[in-house]
Formats: sequence, C-alpha cells, structure tokens
Amino acid sequence: MTPPSVDRPGSDRGARVRVAFEESILPPLVALVIAAVVGDILIIIFGQSPGDVYRQLLEGTWGNAYGFGQVIYKATTLTFTGLAVALGIRAGLFNIGAESQLASGGFLAALVGLAMPSGMPAVLAVPACLVAAAVGGGVVGAVPGALKARFGASEVIVTIMLNFVVLALLNYIVAAHIHVSETLHTPEIRAGALPRLAAAFPMFSGAAANTTFLLALATAAVVWWYLFRTRPGYELRAVGLQPDAAEYGGVRVGGVWAKTMVLSGVLAGLGGLNYVLGYKHYYEEGFGTGTGFLGIAVALVGRNHPVGVVIAALLFATLSQGGLAVNALVPKQMVDVLTAVVIIAVATAVPEVRRALAAARTSGIGNRESGIGTAPGPIDSQFPIPDSRP
Amino acid sequence: MIAFLIQTLRIATPYLFAAAGGIISERAGIIALTLEGFMLTGAFCAALGSYYTGSPWVGILAGAAGGVLAALLHALATIRYRADQVVVGIAMNLLAVGVTRFFLRLAFDSSSNSPRIPGFGGGQVGSGVFSSLANPLVWFGILCMIGVGWMLFRTPFGLRVRAAGEKPEAALSVGVPVRRVRWLAVALSGASAALGGAYLALDQHQFTDGMTAGRGFIALAAVIFGKWDPKRVTIACLLFAAAETMQIRLQSLQLVPSQFVEMIPYVLTIVALAGVVGRAVQPAALGKAVD
Repeated sequence: MTPPSVDRPGSDRGARVRVAFEESILPPLVALVIAAVVGDILIIIFGQSPGDVYRQLLEGTWGNAYGFGQVIYKATTLTFTGLAVALGIRAGLFNIGAESQLASGGFLAALVGLAMPSGMPAVLAVPACLVAAAVGGGVVGAVPGALKARFGASEVIVTIMLNFVVLALLNYIVAAHIHVSETLHTPEIRAGALPRLAAAFPMFSGAAANTTFLLALATAAVVWWYLFRTRPGYELRAVGLQPDAAEYGGVRVGGVWAKTMVLSGVLAGLGGLNYVLGYKHYYEEGFGTGTGFLGIAVALVGRNHPVGVVIAALLFATLSQGGLAVNALVPKQMVDVLTAVVIIAVATAVPEVRRALAAARTSGIGNRESGIGTAPGPIDSQFPIPDSRP
Repeated sequence: MIAFLIQTLRIATPYLFAAAGGIISERAGIIALTLEGFMLTGAFCAALGSYYTGSPWVGILAGAAGGVLAALLHALATIRYRADQVVVGIAMNLLAVGVTRFFLRLAFDSSSNSPRIPGFGGGQVGSGVFSSLANPLVWFGILCMIGVGWMLFRTPFGLRVRAAGEKPEAALSVGVPVRRVRWLAVALSGASAALGGAYLALDQHQFTDGMTAGRGFIALAAVIFGKWDPKRVTIACLLFAAAETMQIRLQSLQLVPSQFVEMIPYVLTIVALAGVVGRAVQPAALGKAVD
C-alpha cells in the first residue's frame, strides 16, 4: 500500500498544488455535480423548475440572517461529529457511533447543568458542562476502542450496535427518572447556558446559532494541531496509513486505536453542547438524530482535514436548512436523497478519480489506490491480487 | 403457548428474510450494513405494487424488484467502483429513507403513510394470532433461510460465494469470476431483505415512514451473533423475536423496561464480537474490494 499521491516531487510546488487539487478538491466537486443532476431530476419529477428551487434554497439559507443563523447552528454540531469521524478515519478506524456519543455527551452536560446551583458563575459552570460532555462521549467511544484493541472486534459493528444500546439506555433514564411530565426532555439546566448570537446581533433573532460555534472552530484548530504538529498525532496517522509499519516503527497500534476512539467520542460528545447549552438548555430524546451519520458525510467530503470538515459542515448544514426552505416547492426529503448521493458519489469518485489520474499520468509506478480519502488503512485495504488481464 | 410461538414467528419473519440476505452478502465478502435500506425500499415498493394492482402478490414481486434495484446500486459502487463498503452502506440506508419519503409525497401526497393497501390477513394490529399464519410470507421466510443454507453448502454457486468471501485471490486464480459472484450475491441479498420489508407492509396493510425501525440492524446482529451460519442465525432471529414477544406480552406487568429488551440483540452481538463465549469470526475477506 502506497501513500495516496503518486509522483510527488517534494521541491515542485506547482505539482504539489496540482496533486492537492486532484486529491482533495476534485472528487467532492465531481460528487456535487452528480448530486446536482440527481437533484434536477427529482425536482423535474415533482413538476418544479430546478432554478426556482435552488434560488429559494440559497435565499432561505445564506440570503437572510435567520436562515444563516440556522445554518451556523446546524454546521456547529456537524463540525463536531465530522471531526469525530475524520479523526477516526485518520487512524484507520470507522466511528459510526457519533450518533450515540453526541447524545451521551449532551445528556451528561445536561445532568451537570441540572446539578449545579443556579447562581453558579459561567466561568465555572461552562467548563464543568464541557468536561461532562467530553466524558459522556469519551466513555461511549472507549468501548469500541477497547474491544478493537483487545479482541480485534470490528469497531464498525460495535459502534452501530452501541448506538442502539446507548440511545435505549438514555431514553430509559429520561423516561423513567428525570423527564418533565408530558415531554421527552429533562428540565432546563440551572447553570452553564451559553448566549445565542442574537444576544449580540439582534438580526439573528429566532435563530438557534449560539457561541458554541466558536468552540467548534477552536476544536477544529486543536484537532489540526494535534494531527499535524504533535507526536501522538503523527503516530495516529502512521497507524491509519500502515498499521504494520507503524507497529514495526515502535508504535503501539492497539493503544493508538483505543486512544483515538476515546478522542473521537469526546469530539462527538462536545457536539451535544450546541443543543443543550446553546439552544434548548435541556436534553431531549433524539435531539441529534441523524447528525452522527451526517458526520460521516462531512468527514468524507471534507477529506478528513479539519479545515475541510468545517467547510463540509457548512455545506451539509446549508442543504439541511435549505430543505426546509424549499419544502413548499418540493418535499424537503429531497435533501436526504441528495446527501446520500453526495456520499456515494464521493466514496466512488475518490478511488476512481485517483486511479484515472494515476493511469493517465504514469504507466510505471505500481501504485494501488483505494478507499476513502487519505487513509488507505485497514478499513479499506485491498489485497495484492495479480492482474490476470493481459 | 401456541399463541406465543406464533407471535414469535410472526415477529421473526422480517428478521429471517433480512438475515438470510445478510448471510449471502457477507459470505460473499460484502458488508451487509444495507439490510435496513433494502428492507425499507422493499416495503415501499411492495406497497406501491399492491396499491396500484390490487394484488398483494404483485406487491411481493415489486418489493423484491425494488430491493434488487437498490442492491445493484450498492454493487455498482462497491464492486464495480471499489468504493468503501461501510461508507456506501451507510449512505444506502440514508438514500432509502430519503427516496421512500420523497416518493411517498409524490405518490400518495403524504409525509407519514400510504393509504390502506391490499395485503394478507386481517391487517389489524394484534388481530387473531392465527390469521397471521395465512400470510404466505411467514412460510417463505423460513423457506428462504433453508434455501440459503442449502445454496451455500450444497451448490457450486454457494461454494463460489464462500470462496469470494474467504479467499478471493485463491478463487480468482482458479477461474471463479469473483466480482460477478459478488454482484449476484448482493442482488440476492437485496431481494431477500426486501421481502422482509414487503412482509411488514403487506402485514400491516400500509407503508409508514421508516416502518422498518432498525429491523435491518437486528437482522445484521442476528447474522453476526449466529456466526454467519444459517442454522445458528435462524435460532438468533427466533431468540430476538421471542424476547420481543415476551416483552409485548408482559408489558402490563412492567417487569423489565422495554428499553432493556430492545438492547438484547445489540448487547449479545457486542459480547459475541468480543469473544467472551465463542468468538464470532467474520469471513476473512469481508469488506475488501477485489480488482
């Protein structure tokens, strides 16, 4: 297995930029074009004009302060789950548990917020909730990590199964013990609430966007620094690219897997703050439904890079909010279809685009390209099958 | 007691269909995360077919056809283009949710359910337990599982499927068209899982949004817990269904919260993967693309 790019002459800056473009920008663009075509078809099936629908979609999202505030709110949660998935993929792990890690983080944050007295100053209350969310997500992430490191259990299956277990458990606790009667949510937290953007910029009034989005940006920066500027981050990427080589180089692969799943869970858990501290100020059953899975799309389109994740989070948040904006013209479910098409198209286009480019460029270097983005690791390794064709 | 068994069988039927599909797919080396999506597609197409023709039998065919169509898309991405199976699998489930909702609006102008469709049996929830035995799909479900077992271990095609999932390189070297075998296996798995969905729609006499409600993942849990062996998987399906039946019957007693019963299949699967009691070991080439 070779690292992603083929002929990368380190000194030639132009070539590097070209490779970066072909590897990172081109596949998502191809996918978006495919999604747009599918979208056009759906819109025409429904008897509307694609131009009108897309115009409405943009106007309802980036065209006014309320819509934009909603986009920021949704992008905040998606940044966290996207970073969670991306960090895992960098280590060759597939975390499909962001859904339940997010819920668990939000739940613990709400519990801590409820336990604190109402006069608690924000400098103490907010960090306390933050730690609670991190612990909530981290604990759920630790289980698949430990099982993978200790028994080699597939983290894909364990995280999927754990989603159901954790969500059922949380539903039970809320329903049986701490819900406000006639609802599926806990009482409002007493301390730790974060201000909405509308508090500083009245034009955002009504929108859910809140200061958690600053935390999301800061977290993305920290993840970037961790991945590309620290030794553990280097080890993490080494394990993702080639676990055997990393092991040979002295990295404890199992340990890195376990640690990465915890960190990935922490990132997803922090996403729960956006709803619990920033928006509704309570934990509600199913508040993050779907954002965990969307995190996979975000990581994929964002090419598992923190900057890409933030941009992709904005893209999917726009789609999600835009679906509501165009619901009068076409069913908002069109957006779900488009999201799925983008994921499938990126997953397909990445290896395909790379293969095509490699074939066009060189005909000698025996590079096998594969899989999702920058981590041709164990999750998508291909075997060396001799080409039997002439 | 008889009523308990019949109700268990009835609940187990969609699991049996989907798990049978899961076994074929995973034995061929393609991860069966898509069962949920195939089921939902099957349920919707069955409702469409039954509604427009008035015949539940056409509904069954339409459901299976829908499942095959979805499966072919999955195969195109993962086998032809070697895209990552997990990513595409997750996306296929999202796609099924989105597409069924979109066409639910388009066909029936509703965001929650279809109108009443011709189906099998009485159609009322909890109506006479014995009437559910009149639903031919209950029997097909069992036959489907037996058929998969026979096919995998008694036919040349089954041998090729297992080779494609365990040692594709070796299979290729002796001339087995691994990719074609995988295409066929995925298509079969789509049809089978879709029948499980069709059963739900025809049993309840309508399609409701998201009506599979995670059953595809329970079927996947059964496949793993049953170690990819049709007999054990059948037992796992019946076991999970029996737990649910028990929970429904004892609901009034409030012995165990329903959420804990919901967890059973998933917890057992995690335990099986961790290998506490007889480790579940997946087909060696599961999830790996073939050139």
